[in-house]
Amino acid sequence: MRSLELAKRNFREIWRDPLSLGITIALPVLLLLVLQAFGEVDAFFTATVLAPGIVLFGFVMLMFSAAMTLSRDRESAFFSRLLTAPVGARDFVAAYSLPYLIVAVIQAILLFIIGALLGLEINGNVGLVILVLFVTAILYIGLGMILGSLLPLAPLSGAYAVVLLLTIFGGAWMDLEAIGGVFQTIGNALPFAHALDATRDVMVGGAGFSAIATDFYWVLGYTLVSIALALFFFRRRMVD
Amino acid sequence: MNQTNQAAIEAVALRKTFGKLTAVSDVDLTVEQGELFAMLGPNGAGKTTTIKMLCCLLRPTGGTATILGHDIQSEPLSVKQLIDVSPQETAIAERLNAWENLSLMAGLHGIGKGEAKERSEELLEMMGLSDRADEKVKKYSGGMKRRLSIAMALVSDPQVLFLDEPTLGLDPQSRRAIWEYIEALKGRKTIVLTTHYLEEADALADRIAVIDEGKIVALGTPEQLKEGISDTPVTVVEAQGLTDDAIDALRQIYPVVRVVAGGVEIEADEVRLYDIEDCLRPRGIDIQSTYRRQVTLDDVFLHLTGKQLRE
Repeated sequence: MRSLELAKRNFREIWRDPLSLGITIALPVLLLLVLQAFGEVDAFFTATVLAPGIVLFGFVMLMFSAAMTLSRDRESAFFSRLLTAPVGARDFVAAYSLPYLIVAVIQAILLFIIGALLGLEINGNVGLVILVLFVTAILYIGLGMILGSLLPLAPLSGAYAVVLLLTIFGGAWMDLEAIGGVFQTIGNALPFAHALDATRDVMVGGAGFSAIATDFYWVLGYTLVSIALALFFFRRRMVD
Repeated sequence: MNQTNQAAIEAVALRKTFGKLTAVSDVDLTVEQGELFAMLGPNGAGKTTTIKMLCCLLRPTGGTATILGHDIQSEPLSVKQLIDVSPQETAIAERLNAWENLSLMAGLHGIGKGEAKERSEELLEMMGLSDRADEKVKKYSGGMKRRLSIAMALVSDPQVLFLDEPTLGLDPQSRRAIWEYIEALKGRKTIVLTTHYLEEADALADRIAVIDEGKIVALGTPEQLKEGISDTPVTVVEAQGLTDDAIDALRQIYPVVRVVAGGVEIEADEVRLYDIEDCLRPRGIDIQSTYRRQVTLDDVFLHLTGKQLRE
């Protein structure tokens, strides 16, 4: 597959860039270590409660890094060169997404290994946790592709801040029922709280698929829309 | 795919506008297979825009074009199978080494690993990059990056190769090496070359399109273009500190006098040295040298557009 060649290059770009590795892998791990240190004073700060939210935080960082790579490439002559190769939009989007999916897997494994050492318990089906996180990772990478296709490098950090805030206040880190009002409505309409609820319900509560089906399909729907939009916007970038 | 008698490139009334600016204006063009076709013109003439349209990077505002029979708008993937491009700017992946850059482009064009390695070795050798092929290219000098960027267009061995200012900014030795490589490809590949360097177009091209303000103002072999303007020889007079008054005096004797860097050029069948001395010496201007030269493509460009190519 021709897109694998480009995916290889994009993976090397992440792997050889200390900043990319730092924000996508080191930062979420650091956050888990720092926050769980408060576990002795507040039960909220235990690895089991924190891990799902931190994985989501890690995915936001992935989204940012993916958007940066695509946006930076788009501004370069190298990208024009890539666009003259016989590769379609689908293969391009796959080539830019796949390396980040691999990083997402590495990131999640690392967080769960460290979490386990800190007392993280998975009460539900591990396969179901993986499925939910996998779809959520694709959602964030898709958002990264959309942002990277649409925005130049400079305003990307603003867009990143918006998605991070939506993730945090959209229910991933705050209890939507406690917030209430319009924020609760918005939070419930977005996929982030559903992703976290589904992950947490399986991990902590030991829930099965039927119990998280609504949350899961909500996230899956957003994921499919984000992929479709990423393809649409990327295709538009291929010819000026 | 590579049918006989099929033109390599055929453009009909190709046009590109950006708002009110017309970058390419109704260009008609046919490039035969195996031909080395040069586009000569100053910055902003429309050369790169034309190439970008032919490479499916820019959507034409009007007209059509085909590459070996494939329409650039309706069959972009088929077109991209047949072409490769060396863009005007250096276009490389900075965190990869030279091998990885070449292997990436070969892979994107569907070249197998063995063949890609063989071609990469040859190209790295030609570009003088073999010794540092394992280093990340962000450590390379500007000239090395440029050479690698050109090699990346050659590794896929395309049927139609677009070289946009390939030797711009290169040292004479590298430029010579690339010219030799391009010459070796002549007849086997269709090559479209854009350049500022007249000597490059003159030495390499089978045919030249002189482009100005988005239009092809002349098209032909270098010889046809030169013959087309004038048979009158040109005498170059090198003299420092020429004044308007001195030039006017020369024009009293020779109607066609052009001011160039470091002197003037006089177009006349016969130029007498004592006439020139009579005009310049009384005004305190020393003549450093005079010589006759052949008509160049610069003269062609000046004749056709009223300006010099290097302006």
